[in-house]
Amino acid sequence: MNAPVVFEGIGASPKRKEDLRFLSGRGNYTDDINRPDQTYAVMLRSPHAHAAIRGIDTAAAAAMPGVVAIYTGAEMVVGSLPCGWLIHNKDGSPMNEPGHPPLAQGKVRHVGDIVAVVIAETRPQARDAAEAIAVDYEVLGAATSMAAALAPGAPLLHEGAPGNVCYDWHIGDLAVNQAAFAQAKHVVHFELVNNRLIPNAMEPRAAIGDYDRTTDQHTLYTTSQNPHVIRLLMGAFVLQIPEHKLRVVAPDVGGGFGSKIFHYAEEAIVTWAAARINRPIKWTADRTESFMSDAHGRDHVTKAKLALAADGKFLGLHVSTTANMGAYLSTFATSVPTYLSATLLAGVYTTPTIYAEVKAVFTNTVPVDAYRGAGRPEATFLLERLVDIAAKQTGIDKLELRRRNFIPADAFPYQTPVALQYDSGDYQSTLAQALKTADWDGFEARRKAAAAQGKLRGIGISTYIEACGIAPSAVAGALGARAGLYEVGAIRVHPTGSVSVLTGTHSHGQGHETTLAQLVTDRFGIPLSQVDIVHGDTDRVPFGMGTYGSRSLAVGGSAMVKAMDKIVLKARRIAAHLMEASVDDVEFDRGTFRVAGTDKTKAWGEIALTAYVPHNYPIEEIEPGLDETAFYDPKNFTYPGGCHICEVEIDPDTGAIEVINFTAVDDVGRVINPMIVEGQVQGGIAQGIGQALLETCSYDADGQLLSGSFMDYTMPRADDVGTLSVATHETLCTHNPLGVKGCGEVGAIGSPPAVINAVVDALRDYGVTHVEMPATPAKLWHIINSGRQLAAE
Amino acid sequence: MYDFAYHKPTTVADAVKILSADSDARPISGGQTLLPALKHRLNKPTSVVDLSGIAELRGIKRDGNKVVIGAMTRHADVASSAEVKAAIPALAQLASTIGDNQVRNRGTIGGSVSNNDPAADYPSAVLALNATIVTSKRRIAADDFFQGMFTTALDAGELLVAVEFPIPEKAGYAKMKNPASRYVMAGAFVAKTGGQVRVAINGAAPCVFRQAEMEAALTASWSPAAVAGVVQPADDMNSDIHGSAEYRAHLVTVMAKRAVAAAG
Ligand SMILES: Cc1cc2nc3c(=O)[nH]c(=O)nc-3n(C[C@H](O)[C@H](O)[C@H](O)COP(=O)(O)OP(=O)(O)OC[C@H]3O[C@@H](n4cnc5c(N)ncnc54)[C@H](O)[C@@H]3O)c2cc1C
Repeated sequence: MNAPVVFEGIGASPKRKEDLRFLSGRGNYTDDINRPDQTYAVMLRSPHAHAAIRGIDTAAAAAMPGVVAIYTGAEMVVGSLPCGWLIHNKDGSPMNEPGHPPLAQGKVRHVGDIVAVVIAETRPQARDAAEAIAVDYEVLGAATSMAAALAPGAPLLHEGAPGNVCYDWHIGDLAVNQAAFAQAKHVVHFELVNNRLIPNAMEPRAAIGDYDRTTDQHTLYTTSQNPHVIRLLMGAFVLQIPEHKLRVVAPDVGGGFGSKIFHYAEEAIVTWAAARINRPIKWTADRTESFMSDAHGRDHVTKAKLALAADGKFLGLHVSTTANMGAYLSTFATSVPTYLSATLLAGVYTTPTIYAEVKAVFTNTVPVDAYRGAGRPEATFLLERLVDIAAKQTGIDKLELRRRNFIPADAFPYQTPVALQYDSGDYQSTLAQALKTADWDGFEARRKAAAAQGKLRGIGISTYIEACGIAPSAVAGALGARAGLYEVGAIRVHPTGSVSVLTGTHSHGQGHETTLAQLVTDRFGIPLSQVDIVHGDTDRVPFGMGTYGSRSLAVGGSAMVKAMDKIVLKARRIAAHLMEASVDDVEFDRGTFRVAGTDKTKAWGEIALTAYVPHNYPIEEIEPGLDETAFYDPKNFTYPGGCHICEVEIDPDTGAIEVINFTAVDDVGRVINPMIVEGQVQGGIAQGIGQALLETCSYDADGQLLSGSFMDYTMPRADDVGTLSVATHETLCTHNPLGVKGCGEVGAIGSPPAVINAVVDALRDYGVTHVEMPATPAKLWHIINSGRQLAAE
Repeated sequence: MYDFAYHKPTTVADAVKILSADSDARPISGGQTLLPALKHRLNKPTSVVDLSGIAELRGIKRDGNKVVIGAMTRHADVASSAEVKAAIPALAQLASTIGDNQVRNRGTIGGSVSNNDPAADYPSAVLALNATIVTSKRRIAADDFFQGMFTTALDAGELLVAVEFPIPEKAGYAKMKNPASRYVMAGAFVAKTGGQVRVAINGAAPCVFRQAEMEAALTASWSPAAVAGVVQPADDMNSDIHGSAEYRAHLVTVMAKRAVAAAG
C-alpha cells in the first residue's frame, strides 16, 4: 500500500530534514571531528593594537610538557592571505594591497593578530606554553578609528599604503550629478555612521589540518561557507598546494552570516603545520578569540545629499563614504562598500543621477568584511533615512514621497544610474500590503493611547531593494572580482531511483538540505526522503563557489535545474526506447513518463534501474547511468525588495525601548518553502533590530576591544525582537529558471532604517532628525533629556 | 583553566580548615562567577573547595521576625520559596530576576553576596533590609559588610554561612538592566523595617550604597513623589560604553520611585 501522498514540492513547508540531528545534538561540526594522533593548536595573539616585534623567545615554552612544536613568522614564510576583489582608484590606478601574512612578520596591527602557534598534545598544554612565550614588543601608536587613521601624522599601518588609504574609488558622472543639484528646489544634507558589528555565529570558528605523508595529501576541515573557495585561495595563493592534493571539508557549520566566507590565517596555519609535524592539528576558537579574529561588519561613515524638485521628485544623489577595512584586507572586504553598496543607491527610486565615492581606510582593528547583507544594509539605511529626512524637510508625507519616486511596476527591466539593471519588482504592492498589515492608518490612535501611559510611540517604514546572487562572472570580473560567480549542481540518480544532489553551495543553518531537495521532489515526483543534498566537501562535490549573498537557491538551485533538465532528457530517451516511441512523444510529469495521448507509461524507478541495468537499452546511442552535472552562470543579480514597518515605544524616564510590532512584506521571488523563508526573514530582522537598537563594536583609543564579550556586546534576545509579522508578495525573477530571488538577507537589509525611522518618529517632539545606531536606552535618554532642557530654556 | 586540587567537605568546619591552611584556596558555591573566571585563566587557585556538600549551608527558614537563608540557597529557591514570598515578597521578586533560568538554578545567595559585584542584585536587598551576615566565625551588620567593588568584610578563610533578613513592613525593588549583560545598570531597594527607612542603590556605583537623602525623604513621606525630587549626584557613578554617570544618576531616582511604588 502506498502511504498517503503528502505534497513536498515547491511551495510546501515540510519540516527541515537537517533538524533532527541539529536539535538532538547529533550534528557533526568541525570541533566534533577528531583524527587519530591529533594535536591541538593555540594561537598566541597580540595584546597590542600596533607594535613592532623585536624578538620572540619560545625556548621556555618549547620545553614545557606536551609541546610538539611552536612556529612564528620566522618559520612560516608563505604567501599572503589574498584579497578577492581588486578596486581601482578614481585615477584608474589599482588599490593599495598590502600583504597579510598568516603569522605576523615583524609587526602586529590589531589586538588579536597572530604572533605564534603552539602545538601540543592537549589544548591546556598548548595554552600553558603559549603563556610562557616571551614576545618583545615595541608598542607603536595606534590608529583605531578612521578619523585617527586619516589624520595628518597618523601612525602608518602598512608601508605600501600611504596615509592608511586602501583606495579612493568612485562611480557615476560627477558633472551630470552637479548639474542636477544646480536645478534642485530642495537639497537635503545628511551624515551618518553605519555602526560596526561583530557577527557572533553560534559556532566559533575551528580548523583541523591533516596530512598524509604517503600520498602527500592535505585535508583541511574548517568552519567555512565555501570550501572550494578556501581550497582555491589557500592552495593557490598561500601554501601552493595543487587542488588534487588538497581536500577542504566544511561539515555542519553553526551559522556564518558572512564571517565564514573568508580565508582565515588559522586555516593556513594548521594545514601548513600539520605537514611539518606530520600529525593532525585541531584549533578551535574560544569566544574571546572569535570577538577579536572573526571579520567584523559594516563600519562606514557617510555624508550624503539628495536633490529634489519642487514636487518631491528625486533629481540626484551624492554620497561620500569612508569605509573601515581594519588592519588587513579580508577576502571580500574591498567589494563591500563599493560594488555591493554604492550600486544599490538607487534603491526603489527613479533618481536619475547618482554619484558615489568611497575611501577605504586601514585602522588598527580587526579586518572588516561582508556581514549579512554586505553593503546593501549600509546603502538601504542611508537611503531610507534620507527619504524620511527629505519628507520632513519638504513637508511632503513620507509615504507620498516614496510613492512619487518609486520605479513603476511597468518600468522593468529598469536600468539604474549605478550599473545595475533590475529585472522585476512591484513596490507599490508590497508597500500597500505592509501598510495594511501594520494598520498604518490606526497608528495615530495607538500613539495617543501610548502617550496617555507616558510612553513615546513611533512608527517607521522602509521600502528597500537589494541585490542577490552576485553575477554574471564576466561583469564581476570586469569590475575587479578575482573569482567566477557561477554555481555547480550534480544530480546523481541511483539505480533504484533515489537521488543524491551534489551542490557547490553550503548550508550553515539555512535549511538547504530541505529546500534544495524540494526542487528535486517537485521535478522528479519522488518523496523528499528519497533525496539527499551533499555539500561541503571538495572531494565529493565537483566544484562550487559556496553560500553568501543569498545566492544558494538563485544560483545553486538554478544549476540543479539545469542538471535535472539533462537527467530528464536522458531519461525520456530511455523511456522512449522502452515504450518504442519517439523521444519527442515522451512526456515527463512528476515521476511518470508517458507516450503523449496514450496510456503507455513508465515509472521513474523503472527508468533509473534501466539506466544502470542496461539490458534492454539503446546502448549505441546513450551511455548507461543517470548522473549529470551542470554549471550555471546567472545573467544578472536577482533583486528582492519589499517594505518593512516597525512600531516602537520608548519610556522617556529611562530611554528603554521596545519593538511593539514589526511587519515585513518581502518580494523574494518564488517561494519554495514558506516556513523556511519565514524563518530566514525573522532571523534577518532580529539581526537588523540588533544593529539598530543593540549591537556595536567599540574600541578604545589604544585599540583595545571594549565590547569583547557578551557582557558588553549586546546580541539580540527573543524579547528584544517583539512580534514579527512576515509575509511575502511574489514577482518572479525573469532570468533564472526558478523565478527565485533570495531571502537570506532581506531581513537584515530592510529592517534597520524602519526601526530608526520609528525611533525618530517617536521623538518627534524633541527636535531630532537622526539617531545613530544602536539607539540604546542611554542614548535615547540623553536625547530626550536634552530635548527637555531645550524645551525648558 | 589551570590545574587545581578539588575538595568537597561536608561541614563548614572542614571547609574552613582547608581554606585557612592555604591562602590560595577558594570556595566555590554556584560557580556562576568563579567558573568563568577560571576558564578565562583570570584566577589561579591552588585548590577549590566545593560547598555544595555542606547540608548546613542550605535552606530557608522563618525565625521569629527574621527570614534566614543559607549561603548555598539557589536564586531559584529564594524566588519560589513560600516563606520568602509571604514575608519579604520583594526579595523573592528580586531573586526571580537574576540572570536567566540556568543562572538561577546554579547561583547562590552566599556566592553573590560574598562576591559583591557592583552590578549584582542581592547586595541591595541585604543593605536595604539591614540584614545580618552570619559567617563561619561572627555576625556582620550589612552596613559593615560591603566595603567596595568586589570587596567585603570577609577575612581570608572566612565563609559566609547565612544571611538573616529582618521582615520589613514594606519593601520594593526596581532596576534597569544593562542591555548586554542584563546585570544591574542601576537599581534601588527600598524598605521600611521597624519604622526605619533604608534605601540601597546597586549597579550605579562601584559598590552598593545607601542613599541618605532618599531615606530622609521617605521617612518624611513614604511615596514615590517623595523620592522623585531627590537628585543623585553623578560624581561617583560608574560610566562605561553602556551608560554615562549622568544617565545612571538619573536612573537612580527613577528606580527609587518605582521601587517605592512597587512596595506599596
Ligand atoms: C550569564 C550570567 C548572568 C548573571 N546575571 C546576574 C544578574 O542579573 N544579577 C546578579 O546579581 N547576578 C547575576 N549573575 C551572577 C550569579 O547570579 C551569581 O550570583 C554569582 O555568580 C555568584 O554566585 P555563585 O553561587 O555562582 O558563586 P561562585 O561563582 O561559586 O563564587 C563567587 C565568589 O564568591 C566566593 N564564595 C562563594 N561562596 C562563598 C561563601 N559561602 N563564602 C565566602 N565566599 C564565597 C567564591 O570564592 C567566589 O570568589 C549572573 C551570572 C551569569 C553567569
